[in-house]
Amino acid sequence: MKKIEAIIKPFKLEEVKDALAEIGIEGMTVSEVKGFGRQKGHTEIYRGSEYTVDFLPKIKIEIVIADGQKDAAVGAIIKAAKTGKIGDGKVFVSNIEDAIRIRTEEKGDSAV
Amino acid sequence: MEKFFLTLTLLAATALGTITARADDTNAMAGMNAMATATTNAPLPAASLDQRVASLEAYIQNGDPIAPLKDTNGNITVTSPIISTLVNSTGSASPYPGPGHNAWLLTSTALVLFMTLPGLALFYGGMVRRKNVLSVLAQCFLITGLVTILWVFVGYGMIFGGTNASDKEDVISGWVGSPMICWMLKNVTSAPNPNYSYWVSENVYAMFQLMFAIITPALIIGSIAERMKFKAILVFMTLWMLIVYFTQGHAVWGINGAMNGVWNAKAKIHAMDFAGGTVVHMTSGYSALVLCLILGKRKGFGKENFAPHSLVLTFIGTGMLWVGWYGFNSGSAVAGDVVAANAFTTTTIATAIASFVWPMWEWLVKGKPSVLGFCSGAVAGLVVITPACGYVTPQGSIWIGIAAGTICWFMCYKVKSWLGYDDALDTFGVHAIGGTTGAIMTGMLARTAANPNFGGVLNAGTTKYVNDTLFQPLVWEQCKAVAVTIVLSVVGTVVIAYITKLLVGLRPTEEVEMTGLDESEHGELGYHG
Repeated sequence: MKKIEAIIKPFKLEEVKDALAEIGIEGMTVSEVKGFGRQKGHTEIYRGSEYTVDFLPKIKIEIVIADGQKDAAVGAIIKAAKTGKIGDGKVFVSNIEDAIRIRTEEKGDSAV
Repeated sequence: MEKFFLTLTLLAATALGTITARADDTNAMAGMNAMATATTNAPLPAASLDQRVASLEAYIQNGDPIAPLKDTNGNITVTSPIISTLVNSTGSASPYPGPGHNAWLLTSTALVLFMTLPGLALFYGGMVRRKNVLSVLAQCFLITGLVTILWVFVGYGMIFGGTNASDKEDVISGWVGSPMICWMLKNVTSAPNPNYSYWVSENVYAMFQLMFAIITPALIIGSIAERMKFKAILVFMTLWMLIVYFTQGHAVWGINGAMNGVWNAKAKIHAMDFAGGTVVHMTSGYSALVLCLILGKRKGFGKENFAPHSLVLTFIGTGMLWVGWYGFNSGSAVAGDVVAANAFTTTTIATAIASFVWPMWEWLVKGKPSVLGFCSGAVAGLVVITPACGYVTPQGSIWIGIAAGTICWFMCYKVKSWLGYDDALDTFGVHAIGGTTGAIMTGMLARTAANPNFGGVLNAGTTKYVNDTLFQPLVWEQCKAVAVTIVLSVVGTVVIAYITKLLVGLRPTEEVEMTGLDESEHGELGYHG
């Protein structure tokens, strides 16, 4: 099984969710995070006092899927989340040792 | 109850011609009825119908209802239903208050309290960081109670107290009033004090002015936000009220004040300040600057993000300030009369225009008009029109609005960063500079058409201080008043700040400041979750 973590721009969440649903991936965990890569922050000015905010709000999506779905999932995420402008985000893929559904205690591929 | 007696008395007096009116008023501190000081102890004749109508007409004109009842020597020679048995703090005869005028001042008093709680509290509270929001609210509330106590004991009397021998009663004639004269508000009743109003109850006037006394130190909070100990604020504000505010107030608004040009024939400086440009905004603004320089900058100033934690709260506070300010400005007419009507109009125009102009400058210069700009513009407009509102015409108020939205914007946007001081919420930039601008523009734009009272004391001598020109003699008098105000505020604050530092210290520890005042000094958090 593979875990996919994708950091994306917040307004792209609905699109990515729909794209994953289209290839049969229905479950995910989403969190609001802050971060930056090469995209600079933004500047706020309050009555002449300037503040540069380095951290930008992003959304992190985490999904755990069967090995066979990995390429399709990564492809779907990238296609939906891309704007072509700096700050689009990143996708990370890692290996998962095990997965268990709490309700039924199923293990492995049938748990994801 | 009163109306019933008056109707009955009117009928009886008409029928019999010699009955004295008495009101059933539980506040009456009986005894000082000036009618009884006629040369003989024989009952005085009843006022004629002409005299009584003249007294009633005085209600419409906001004039003196007892004047028609006096002879050329100033003695009251008749009895009339308009004279009450209540005393007032000057010891002279008291009429009843006029319902309409009193009602407006009652309303205005509530409006001005609303400006502090919660108007200013939210305006400032939204601009500080989350961890300090409660400290602002606590400081505003502390000041409300503290100043009320000082006011009741000595404050009202020091500014407004005095019989007609005020000069001898003052501690420093024309400058520092007597703390004993209205000690614990003695003789301050529901009767008007004719030195300040013929128709508004003196207790209402005292409460109205109390609200001004409350909001003035609260304005100082803005510049020293997030880095002054609660204990230090308690000590500092107590001394500041006694030394700076009560002095400035007496000089500008006291009936024998040295800078009361409109009402005091013996004024040293023939200046005018309708609702508090010098008394409220300049004293607090210049004191705020001095205090923030003595305190020093907040830790992390210029490096960390000190952005307002809730401009939504600031916006809400701004709306409340604007609405409440109608009581502040229009209520300062101390009547519901033509002057109040003009003050309401000028206040509206200047404020609205300033709130428009400030964000336009932002749009032009930095590319985006901001909500903080709208809010600051409105408050700046309100500040600058404050000394002027009852003295300038609506046309003059347009210029005041433009000046407020431009000068105060420039001060906060450019000059502050050039000079590098940490006036956290721009008390100096808006209130000191705005108040000064307002005082001088009042000098330039005061017009006889706007206020019927210039013909009294102010223009009575050879110099016509208001002669409807742009650089009339009043301008120079205003400049003098501005200079005096600045010296009093700055010197007073330096002394008081160092006394406070000696007694209790000024700044919290670095740890307290970094954690936030809310948790450290009040044991509370503004928000959870």
